[in-house]
Amino acid sequence: MQINSILLAILAMAGVTYLIRVLPLVLIRREIQNRTVRSFLHYVPYVTLSVMTVPAIFTATASIVSALAALAVAVVLGLRGCKLPLVAAAACLTVFLVELLPFVG
Amino acid sequence: MSKRQYFLHGMRDGMPIAIGYFAVAFALGIKAVAAGISAPESALMSLLNLTSAGEAAAIALLGAGTTYVELAFTQLVINIRYLLMSCSLSQKILPETSILHRLLMGYGVTDEIFGISVATDGALSPYYSYGAIAVAAPGWTLGTLLGAILGNVLPARIVGALGVALFAMFLAIILPPARKNRVIAGIVAVSMAASAGLTFLCERMQWTGFTEGFRIIVLTVTIALAAAILFPVKEASGEEACHAD
Repeated sequence: MQINSILLAILAMAGVTYLIRVLPLVLIRREIQNRTVRSFLHYVPYVTLSVMTVPAIFTATASIVSALAALAVAVVLGLRGCKLPLVAAAACLTVFLVELLPFVG
Repeated sequence: MSKRQYFLHGMRDGMPIAIGYFAVAFALGIKAVAAGISAPESALMSLLNLTSAGEAAAIALLGAGTTYVELAFTQLVINIRYLLMSCSLSQKILPETSILHRLLMGYGVTDEIFGISVATDGALSPYYSYGAIAVAAPGWTLGTLLGAILGNVLPARIVGALGVALFAMFLAIILPPARKNRVIAGIVAVSMAASAGLTFLCERMQWTGFTEGFRIIVLTVTIALAAAILFPVKEASGEEACHAD
């Protein structure tokens, strides 16, 4: 059916997305015993977050130079175990400062 | 920790997410208006959907003309990764967590809130999720609204600088465990390399159907499954004795 109401379209997509998110939380009510499944779910976040960061970070800023600088700062602070807001703020500040340089951007 | 402390903790960790969301949503709002969606509609879309890739795809589809079925199916494909994240979170919350909490937490399963949720110590409290949602969802919604209304008033340079916040946060989540555990370090390295390689390949071969959301799910399933088979996790609690041999 051709879309004639943006509102209805928004509700349709919201419904699908919410069901995807909520069904596992509602249906899986106990600890999974299978070791392979448990291991799989244990590793999921690391793969997902890595995949979402690279290569998207390289195109997130106005210039690849500032993106690389932010990446370096985040890696160093992240490895040191700094708190999330600090790492995020430092990376943003790095991008802003690096892009002020005349030869960047 | 008390409920209140969990909530405040979630708000604190949710702040960089809110800032990053604001920046990304701002750009999304600009696109929404260009596609013929009004500012209030775009804000409502962001409030109800809370998903960057899904909304970006929807805006493109709505701008070009589409059907309800195609729109819904696109959301299913792009957002199916949330299914995996929710499966993972179902093991992180206490089994006795009520249905109401589960229904409310489900709303906030985004890439980023999932990221900070798995990084918390011990079981995940619903109040931690609520704290993160309480700042992240307004950041996302207001960003979309302001982007739709103000358009290009805000200098691109500032918005661009904020956009990197999310990625820095992801790195801050995955690097400390990667430093302590060689398997996780390997998984992070392989995942990043595979993602960069696959993205490059898709651009080269012009596989436009291979969207970012699809790439995320394909790589997540493949790499996490391979790792689970090759390096099954030793149980940290209770069962440890069973695997001591």
